[in-house]
Amino acid sequence: MLALIRAVIGRDLRLAMRRQADIVSAMFFFIIVVSLFPLGVGPEADLLRKLAPGVLWVAALLATMLSLPRLFADDHRDGTLEQLALAPQPLGLIVLGKVIAHWLVSGLPLALLAPVLGIQFDLANDALWVLTLSLLIGTPALSGIGAIGAALTLGVRGGGVLLSLLVLPLYIPVLIFGAGAVDATVTGLGPQAHLSLLGALTLGGVFFAPWATAAALRIALE
Amino acid sequence: MLEALNLECVRGERRLFAGVGFRLDAGEMLYLQGRNGSGKTSLLRMLCGLTPPADGEIRWRGAPIRKLGDEFRGELCYLGHHNAIKEELTPLENLLASARLAEEALDEDAALDALELVGLAGREDLACRYLSQGQKRRVALARLVHERRALWVLDEPYVALDTAAVELVAGLIGAHLQRGGLAVLTTHQTVAVPAGAVRELRLN
Repeated sequence: MLALIRAVIGRDLRLAMRRQADIVSAMFFFIIVVSLFPLGVGPEADLLRKLAPGVLWVAALLATMLSLPRLFADDHRDGTLEQLALAPQPLGLIVLGKVIAHWLVSGLPLALLAPVLGIQFDLANDALWVLTLSLLIGTPALSGIGAIGAALTLGVRGGGVLLSLLVLPLYIPVLIFGAGAVDATVTGLGPQAHLSLLGALTLGGVFFAPWATAAALRIALE
Repeated sequence: MLEALNLECVRGERRLFAGVGFRLDAGEMLYLQGRNGSGKTSLLRMLCGLTPPADGEIRWRGAPIRKLGDEFRGELCYLGHHNAIKEELTPLENLLASARLAEEALDEDAALDALELVGLAGREDLACRYLSQGQKRRVALARLVHERRALWVLDEPYVALDTAAVELVAGLIGAHLQRGGLAVLTTHQTVAVPAGAVRELRLN
């Protein structure tokens, strides 16, 4: 079982490395969107500190959305998805592998970039740590929930827009608790409660989403 | 071993076929024939369990495949219309990746042998997007060299291949039948497969 998940992750990571443009463009999107805010709002440190958690988290959501449509579309087009669906193991496990691989190339780099970008908003050291931590904990949920949307819109014309409409509302809880954790640190309340809830969302998302995704994929393949 | 009873296929509003049935035993092969759009690919996808039939039932070793699930898929090798290879990966990586996903033990030497056999020696480390259509099909077919699962379902295996490769694939299928395997394939070319009993089914 673990060998299978590892095989899927290995394959997807290798594919991602051969197509680095996808990863890099999502990263640059994140960097640019976040950097536009200090330029547009002006150099008022108090205001920027207040804006920072929301801006960084919303930008992270949107950057994750960019890579979602391709999560299953390429496999669907070249027939690999049929082979995956016909593998003698549960399709949910294969999807779990793909979700983990997606997080490794989208969520993880976002979380690692975030503290550097947070400096532009004059965030304190502890707030930068919590920002990174909240993104590390929260972004797997984004990949998991996004996978359901990607599977449901597979093969649909104009699927990209539909995917955003479908998935972004489901991201709201993650956004609230993720940005809330940083906010709570800035105001001195402590982020533990928010981070625990974020962790619960991620656990739920990563372990239940693959099965829903697998069901949606089987329908798409019919 | 493989039984299809009274299958019916509905695509959109149209009924492609109804009342299709056959029985296939170990060492036998079924040629599926019919004009374009007669539902050959749909029938193959039904046999794999990808599409549920509108009516009728498919049985493997006496049990409906819907109930067998993973157990049936573990004995099935499907080669579809698409090659199911990744353009960014090399033929060797493709072959190893598909073996690993099917949880088959295929080491690098065996994979290299398979690629050499299908005529891709010297192309193992070239990304598949630089290969021709026929060569990509060969990469997909290289899977069959070490394939030991009982039921092969092949959708147009000979398409885009030259005559030498067609003979090679026919030989692979023949060897599979001699080992007691089953094969179902669609094709527009009649190719003599060495050994094995051949049945034909024409969809109209």
